Amino acid sequence: MDWSALSLSLKLAGLTVLILLPLGIWAGHGLAAHQFRGKAWVEAMLALPLVLPPTVLGYYLLVAMGGASPVGQFYESVFGQPLVFSFEGLLLASVIFNIPFAIQPMQRGFDAIAPEVRDAAACCGLSRWRTLWRIELPLAWPGVLSAVVLTFAHTLGEFGVVLMVGGSIPGETKTVAIAIYDRVQAFDTAGAGVMSAALLLISLVAIGAAYFTHARSRIRRYG
Amino acid sequence: MAEGIQLRLKQRGPIPLDARLKCAPGQVLALVGPSGSGKTTILRAIAGLLRVAEGEIRCAGESWFDSGRGVYHETRQRRVGYVFQNYALFPHLSALHNVMEAMLDRPVAEREQRARDVLARVRLAGLESRVPAALSGGQQQRVAVARALAREPQVLLLDEPFSAVDRATRQRLYRELAELRRDLAMPVILVTHDLDEALMLADQLCVLHQGRTLQSGEPYAVMTRPDTVEVAQLVGLRNVFRAGVVGHDEARALTIIEWRGHRLEARLQTAFKPGTQITWVIPQGHIMLHRRDRPSRGERENPVSGPVIECLPLGENVALTVAVNGPDRPPLFLTVPAHVARRNGIAMGVEIGLSLLADGIHLMPSDDTRTPAKSR
Repeated sequence: MDWSALSLSLKLAGLTVLILLPLGIWAGHGLAAHQFRGKAWVEAMLALPLVLPPTVLGYYLLVAMGGASPVGQFYESVFGQPLVFSFEGLLLASVIFNIPFAIQPMQRGFDAIAPEVRDAAACCGLSRWRTLWRIELPLAWPGVLSAVVLTFAHTLGEFGVVLMVGGSIPGETKTVAIAIYDRVQAFDTAGAGVMSAALLLISLVAIGAAYFTHARSRIRRYG
Repeated sequence: MAEGIQLRLKQRGPIPLDARLKCAPGQVLALVGPSGSGKTTILRAIAGLLRVAEGEIRCAGESWFDSGRGVYHETRQRRVGYVFQNYALFPHLSALHNVMEAMLDRPVAEREQRARDVLARVRLAGLESRVPAALSGGQQQRVAVARALAREPQVLLLDEPFSAVDRATRQRLYRELAELRRDLAMPVILVTHDLDEALMLADQLCVLHQGRTLQSGEPYAVMTRPDTVEVAQLVGLRNVFRAGVVGHDEARALTIIEWRGHRLEARLQTAFKPGTQITWVIPQGHIMLHRRDRPSRGERENPVSGPVIECLPLGENVALTVAVNGPDRPPLFLTVPAHVARRNGIAMGVEIGLSLLADGIHLMPSDDTRTPAKSR
């Protein structure tokens, strides 16, 4: 078992969730509650990572964050190290490729709230912040939870983008998915098996917990 | 609060509006009209949930909207109590917390007790901890009313609040609202398409069509004395005909009109000069059926007769269609209790006599563009 790869994967997944949670709530809420020109294009752009092959997405991220790109140059001038093949670069890529997994379930969650409920909140004198916190978030909770679990599980298992942007630097960018691949390449099927089982277990627990919580909240709300 | 609410709203689209309304504190104003006539749009504009292109809304002496002066208060800044058609309760919160959310401007310590008091006022004591899904339709409506009142609104807006409950519950809720409104000091605007509901609950009635306010007034007056043929049709008056004014008999307080060769006496309405063509209307309640077995004195009042061409039992009543002066002319419609129809042997083809009570005959300007030619 490559503990360093596992802990790196968990750290990457955790931080990705932490960054995407507020971002997804903001974007999902905005897309659900407002109609604007070009909304379909924005939604299509956000869904793009779902349909692009991971290697293609990884390639574009590599180019966009590389030393020759403005982003890469800016990062290097500020932090004195390249963005690609670093944990920070990997985190940025992870956030980007998880955008649809975070935003779409949350948008669906906010979409499911009847518009009159928001109107009723305004008529009760609730501020926008209180409406979000007290009314919308509890009602969109299943969507938010799905987003968290999907983002977490998807980050743990992502391979193509991670390999393209991060390479396989132990302790820095070598995630458990890469470690499994390395073990198989080295004919260490037992090692690969243990790590695969660990990933399977973590994913199963995360998804199971999400379903359980969702079911409990439904029972509480609808009796 | 002495001023109540006054508003003037105008826009061409997307939902056309040309409405003027006012409602005094403590009064109930019913907005009636067919679906799509702009009733809910007006409520939403009052609440600030919809911004209208042009107009003014003043409530309790405060300007909430004035397009001329660029005044626009957000919904949160207007003290409105809004009962939505499907109640729009917060489904994850108990009845108590639904109500408490509407009193955030009160000190935290007071909120719970005050919310319990408001719920008790709408007869929901003991059900405070239930979520909306665990309450019946009528109970949900009461939570919605309690939540609307908890904000101590300057205007109470009720959007078809009785449409989602069964008939028995509706009758009970009517009584409760009638009782509750005696204590309400703010203007109440009730949207409904049920004229009986308006008649029962409202002090004022406003008829709307395609966003225009056509006529406002005391409900019974609007429903029996419409200003125009359009209003007559919207309030469900079916006996609309054309006639000529013969003259006025001011000593007897009567106006004489000629209709299909009959000289009919109508309530005195001197606004219509002799010789002018008018449209007249008579509510069904002012048509008296002559008893076939024992003629009475009332039969001398505007008697007409004809065969029954349609006899439709409707529960405890029977809807009759009577051809007067030939089958090719628009008939008279009236409803009689089923036992009256039975006792008088009324059936298809039977010739019956009717009196058109003078007090119920209401004259309106002749409106060739709106009155079907056949109604002569």
